[in-house]
Amino acid sequence: MSRKVSLYEEAKYILATDVGSTTTKARYFEKKDDSYRYIVSGEAPTTVEAPFEDVTMGVRNAVREVEELINRRLLRENGIICPRKDGEGVDIYVTTSSAGGGLQMIVGGLVKTMTAESAERAALGAGSIVMDVLAVNDPRPFFKKIERIRSLRPDMILLAGGTDGGDIRQVVELAELIDTAEPKARLGIGYELPIVFAGNKDAQKDIRNLLEEKYALKIVENLRPTLEIENTSPSRSAVHELFMEHVMSHAPGYNKLMKWTDVDIMPTPAGEGMMMQLIAKTFNKNVLGVGLGGATTNVYSVVRLFERDRSSNIRFVRTVSANLGMSYSISNVMKETGIKNIMRWIIFDIDEPIVSSRLRNKMIRPTTIPQTIEDLMIEHAVAREALRLGLQHHRSLARGLKGVKKERDIGDFFLEAEEESYIDMMNIDVIAGTGGLLSHAPRRSQTILILTDAFQPEGVTLMFQDSVFMMPHLGVLSTVHEHAAWEIFDKDCLVRLGTIIAPKGLAKEGEHVVTVSLKKPDGEEVTKSLNFGQIFSISLEERKKAKVIINPSKKFDVGKGPGHTLQTEVEGGVVGVVIDARGRPLFIPENTTERRKKLINWFTSLNAYPETILDN
Amino acid sequence: MTNSSSAKSTYAYSPGLKVKRNELVRKRRILSVPGEVLVKEGDSVSFDTVVAKASLRGLPHISRTASILGVDPDELEYYMLKKTGDFVKEGEIIAEVSGFFGLFSRKCASPTTGTIESISNLTGQVIIRELDIELELKAYIPGKVVKVFPNEGVEVATNAAFIQGIFGVGSETHGELKICAESNKDILTENDINSDFKGKILVGGAKISKGALYKAIEIGAAGIIAGGIEDNILMDFLGYEIGVAITGQEDIPLTIIVTEGFGEMAMSKNSFTLLENFEGYTVSATGETQIRAGVMRPEIIIPHEYDGDKKIEENMEHSLVEGMGIGTLVRVIREPYFGAIGKITMLPVQLQNIRSESMVRVMEIEIEDGKRVIVPRTNVEIIEE
Repeated sequence: MSRKVSLYEEAKYILATDVGSTTTKARYFEKKDDSYRYIVSGEAPTTVEAPFEDVTMGVRNAVREVEELINRRLLRENGIICPRKDGEGVDIYVTTSSAGGGLQMIVGGLVKTMTAESAERAALGAGSIVMDVLAVNDPRPFFKKIERIRSLRPDMILLAGGTDGGDIRQVVELAELIDTAEPKARLGIGYELPIVFAGNKDAQKDIRNLLEEKYALKIVENLRPTLEIENTSPSRSAVHELFMEHVMSHAPGYNKLMKWTDVDIMPTPAGEGMMMQLIAKTFNKNVLGVGLGGATTNVYSVVRLFERDRSSNIRFVRTVSANLGMSYSISNVMKETGIKNIMRWIIFDIDEPIVSSRLRNKMIRPTTIPQTIEDLMIEHAVAREALRLGLQHHRSLARGLKGVKKERDIGDFFLEAEEESYIDMMNIDVIAGTGGLLSHAPRRSQTILILTDAFQPEGVTLMFQDSVFMMPHLGVLSTVHEHAAWEIFDKDCLVRLGTIIAPKGLAKEGEHVVTVSLKKPDGEEVTKSLNFGQIFSISLEERKKAKVIINPSKKFDVGKGPGHTLQTEVEGGVVGVVIDARGRPLFIPENTTERRKKLINWFTSLNAYPETILDN
Repeated sequence: MTNSSSAKSTYAYSPGLKVKRNELVRKRRILSVPGEVLVKEGDSVSFDTVVAKASLRGLPHISRTASILGVDPDELEYYMLKKTGDFVKEGEIIAEVSGFFGLFSRKCASPTTGTIESISNLTGQVIIRELDIELELKAYIPGKVVKVFPNEGVEVATNAAFIQGIFGVGSETHGELKICAESNKDILTENDINSDFKGKILVGGAKISKGALYKAIEIGAAGIIAGGIEDNILMDFLGYEIGVAITGQEDIPLTIIVTEGFGEMAMSKNSFTLLENFEGYTVSATGETQIRAGVMRPEIIIPHEYDGDKKIEENMEHSLVEGMGIGTLVRVIREPYFGAIGKITMLPVQLQNIRSESMVRVMEIEIEDGKRVIVPRTNVEIIEE
């Protein structure tokens, strides 16, 4: 192992792949002039399905593209040349995978908002899609739950329930329910379904007696040993272990792929989540990240929470909205949000049925891209809604532990509503976006506007974007070479879009909101006053910092309380420093003419779309 | 712009939907649980031949018997009137606690008809399993059994015309093919349908109107095929909105297949002509669609005697494997040229700026009226004929 570690540290050539549902993406990195850089990409269709049924074929095709571009041999008959030898191959090869729909799980616990919710967080944190959450207090009748378990074909089940030392009967009942339903694994007959038990430790013996013979059972520490403690880490590790041993090894070609790499194959969202955590760690800031994909939307939060005793801990939560996405799931976004919410972002005349037909046609032909600016704007409208719904879903899980007895004082009762979620946009320092639509937006100002309209940052927030889709690759790489992963990420992947200054509050149209005085590093000073409903950007290059004095009017707050001045430092980006005086919550006029006029003003102000469409 | 005729293939091409006059269609008919295969290799089968059968374990019901009786789980066995393996009817008393002289007795009735599977002295639950459900798997297409998978199912093969749709709803069906439109551009209306079409699979042109859909249901048609359908008509008919394209399990009286998409869309001439050629034939069809991992498209299978030319077909297969090249016939599948068919005239290597300002790989195609247009490569599909 030590030889490997030193080999990793000295690595010069690195190859990473992500075996996605439709495309296998290879990224090649090299150490040049003492720093690690992204060099080229290769892509090919994923070959998990018939007639190929061997993912390594897609990996080979993608890597072959890389070979052609760098003029270096990386492949041999039985895989990737690793470690390198005689000027061929790489020093590190790592891969993530979401082929075949990723890791799909059912989770269970006693109380829906307590142990079942903790189990859900653990499964999501491990990179899975949660197909259903079972709980003893779930209102569905037994036979409905059984029918549901029978109809789903999960890759794995995570069963939690009960605090240590508590009554074991109910958690055994839940295990009985699962066993009675005889769940079938997605990967077919003859495959032992993995079950992780992370519940009351006193129930372990009975769970073993009940489940061990029929399932690949793994028992780990209770994820809620007491109501006050949530310990998801052992469950997450067990999920990863079983994912490799029982799920990946049964997927077509993965047995071969597993031999090509020394590093465990990681579910794609787990890789993305590692990078979000690395951003938070490196910048020492609270991060809200999003991966807006074709089928799913992943939202990540890494937030430092302060306890009553002033100690703090960092909470990492990932949620996946399995049917919110920009291609396969685009119609579902329309279904969830309603066509009217999509239409409110559109500035030109087009009938609702035409928009809905276009979105359904994108669903059935998911690989197509917008050719016209109108089509692009329709997709951007959907993206805003997908992100908004994704964050809404995230908030439902990013919250304090339910069931914890708390000492309360009178002030706490006023704060009770906020306890629902600890995601307070005023405390989010960084927003990072990745995924095809965000990464490939023709203008960066489109990305910053989409993220801002959907997430509505408050106060001062730094905005990032993934330039080339490689967060999952770098996430898995960070498990063996964090330094290389961060260096590549920082230099070649992370686009600094800029900083958003968004005062929280509402006012009447035209009323004064904020005055911002900004001093650039070259000494240039810019002062800008904005009224309600305006947005404006001040240019400040990437990696440049400027001192700002933000003076909000008395109805508005930028983090210091209503009307209080904030002096801080902001970072520039390709869009610059954006002052957003459109209100929080964002105010969009109901009247179509007024709304379109507003949208056109906003888009024009940030130069987000071509004049040809904005002038019409 | 660079014209690179040597740029023969790219990984990012869409193979398009199959529209073939002669195809050796192989259908795997596999049980969802292990069972018994009823045919052997070489047997001839018809649409309705049952090729395999299995027993699906009945649905289990859980009764919290100890809790209902108010006794401890470990005492439950003492109060049970039935034991593991006993057959019980719904409502039949399975356990009882009697008080003094029969007063204050508590009883627990079976929630279903079935067999007592287990009695737990730990949780106090009794599991009663419903009777097994017999599953029968039909051949779906007529042809020869070419492979048997013991305990699982068979593969049936036949020569057929094969047309893939882009989207559908409704499960496997079969019926006589009836052309109800004069051209691929016609809208199918209720006036095009009459009661003689009962049990048939109807073919429209560019769109299924609301009237046509309900008339088809009224007269008992087995299915409808057309170029497009308005999404609101389909959603009204289903009673819910489709979020993701995973269909085929709907409980609806007929199968619907669209070959082009949502809205009014002329059915591709190739598909329409092929269907016209086989009017009166009995066809198998399914609306099952899955546009996700494990992609499935709806299909129309028209079994018939082989009448093709092997050499031409092999050449066609070869050119498809090669991918796209100058002269390849493609169909545009996105606005602003949605539905246009044309031949590739240029495949520039460099990325190009399109109207949305995205830099993408493009192609130039000459569409039907002789006009040359630029489209992203991902926005076309190769026409397989």
